[in-house]
Amino acid sequence: MFAIECHEVSKSFSDGFWWSKNRKVLKAVDKVSFQVAKGEVFGLLGTNGSGKSTLIRMLSTLLLPDSGTIRIMGLNIAEHPMAVREQINRVSVEAAFFKKLSAWENLSYSARLYGIHPGRNRERIAEILKRLGLPENKLDESIEDMSRGMQQKVAIARALIAVPPVLLLDEPTTGLDPVSKREVRSFIKEVRQDHATSILLTTHDMQEAEDLCDRIAVMSDGRLVQVGTLDTLRNLVLKPAEDKNTLGLEEIFFRLTGKSIYEEGMSHVS
Amino acid sequence: MFHSRRLKIGGMRELYAVMAFVERQFNLCKRYLGWEIVFLFYTVINTLTIAFIAVGMQKQGHAINPDYVFYLVIGALMWGFLGIIFHEISNSITWERWEGTIEQTFMAPIQRLTHLGGVCSFAVLYGLLRTIIVLVAITCFFGMGLPKANYAGAFLILGAASLSFVGLGLMAAILPLLSPEKGSQATHIMEGVLLLVSGIYYPVTALPEWLQGFAVISPATYALDGVRKALLEGATVSELLPTAAILVLMSLVFIPLGLGIFHLAETYAKRAGLLKRNG
Repeated sequence: MFAIECHEVSKSFSDGFWWSKNRKVLKAVDKVSFQVAKGEVFGLLGTNGSGKSTLIRMLSTLLLPDSGTIRIMGLNIAEHPMAVREQINRVSVEAAFFKKLSAWENLSYSARLYGIHPGRNRERIAEILKRLGLPENKLDESIEDMSRGMQQKVAIARALIAVPPVLLLDEPTTGLDPVSKREVRSFIKEVRQDHATSILLTTHDMQEAEDLCDRIAVMSDGRLVQVGTLDTLRNLVLKPAEDKNTLGLEEIFFRLTGKSIYEEGMSHVS
Repeated sequence: MFHSRRLKIGGMRELYAVMAFVERQFNLCKRYLGWEIVFLFYTVINTLTIAFIAVGMQKQGHAINPDYVFYLVIGALMWGFLGIIFHEISNSITWERWEGTIEQTFMAPIQRLTHLGGVCSFAVLYGLLRTIIVLVAITCFFGMGLPKANYAGAFLILGAASLSFVGLGLMAAILPLLSPEKGSQATHIMEGVLLLVSGIYYPVTALPEWLQGFAVISPATYALDGVRKALLEGATVSELLPTAAILVLMSLVFIPLGLGIFHLAETYAKRAGLLKRNG
């Protein structure tokens, strides 16, 4: 059994009524198939608008696919959404909180939703935050008074309170300073090692992807271009007489998609 | 490294989640305490102003029922209470969109019934608390004496009316779910129509005939009628039972209907990609 299993998953969005002549249909995800093994860190690379976040939102049960099948820990998300939600948590690029509430109040709210008594787990929550480089005294500080980096660390702590078997990390380190990035990365490694958590990670940070991911999937225009280990991807695009070790992920991505990872992409419109 | 002590899925766990919503909302009230005080002050003043309309008419020599002050005050208090329930429930989705937490809430492993139950529980508790505070302030000001009042009967009607307003709130909550931009505006229109047709400050018979039909399907009409009969005329519980029965019947229709429509709207929102932050 895989932790995550996507089979021919597609999702389109339209910007008008079906009878409208000017209606445009945007194919955000187009017949995407891949599997993530238990305990694996699986990287999803793509430009902005390549369909990564749409895919993550489908895995999170927030979006229904138009076609295809998604299974999380063997559970079909269309048939067992509640059971799937027990298995996952997600950190999105924008840390979403009740900004006026303190970190503790936000975490306490989230813990209750996952059936965890916040009072009895305060020490554990403080420990997670400490590991992420956030001192315990910050727990009672209002989220709006925290820096973007601190907010993101609280978001990561929130996702880990329930120790989900599957973690969806949608650009978790975007906007963090280098030290915080390092702390978060090292924590992700620790979580994976200690809990065999399966992680799906999207990032624009090539170094992060190289450092954390066992396998990497390259997405472009809603389609999965290639999936493999860094070495496999490297071998696919290696030119004759080229030194393998000089080929970074950024260049591999460019050769596979014809695009820079930093460019604004858009899934195909019809 | 870390070990979670999660409750198994079931009644206790869902109760935990209901508490999460209630606690969260009261925590938000504490954080917005300044605004809470301002709104409360405004509600007290607004209720007083409405009461003074009757006092003014008496002073001008109009022959009006001496209970008219209380008639208006009860209208203002009841509308305050029911309006809060409707507003809190119908805007719960807008609020989450605005804060950006809508995705976190909708991907949490809880039943939608629990989610909405939490929102509704807070709305009723909060509405009750605010109404009691306003009532105390008004009593201090006017020294309201209601010698015939049957408070038990009034609470019976209040309870039944809360349930039917929860149903209406649930139906209104789908609007912000379907339209992030215009949904919230539409809920205010719904609230306004209820205010107009339900006989809050005047008898329903004062309305043009074509509007009186809307009053029949508004639970506020029966709630107002029942509470006024209980407090002003001292109607007994048995005399109030038919009114309470209508309200319970309405809630039995509105709540399942509201939940059903909400479920359909949620499914549509998940197809159309509308479950996301806004602003």
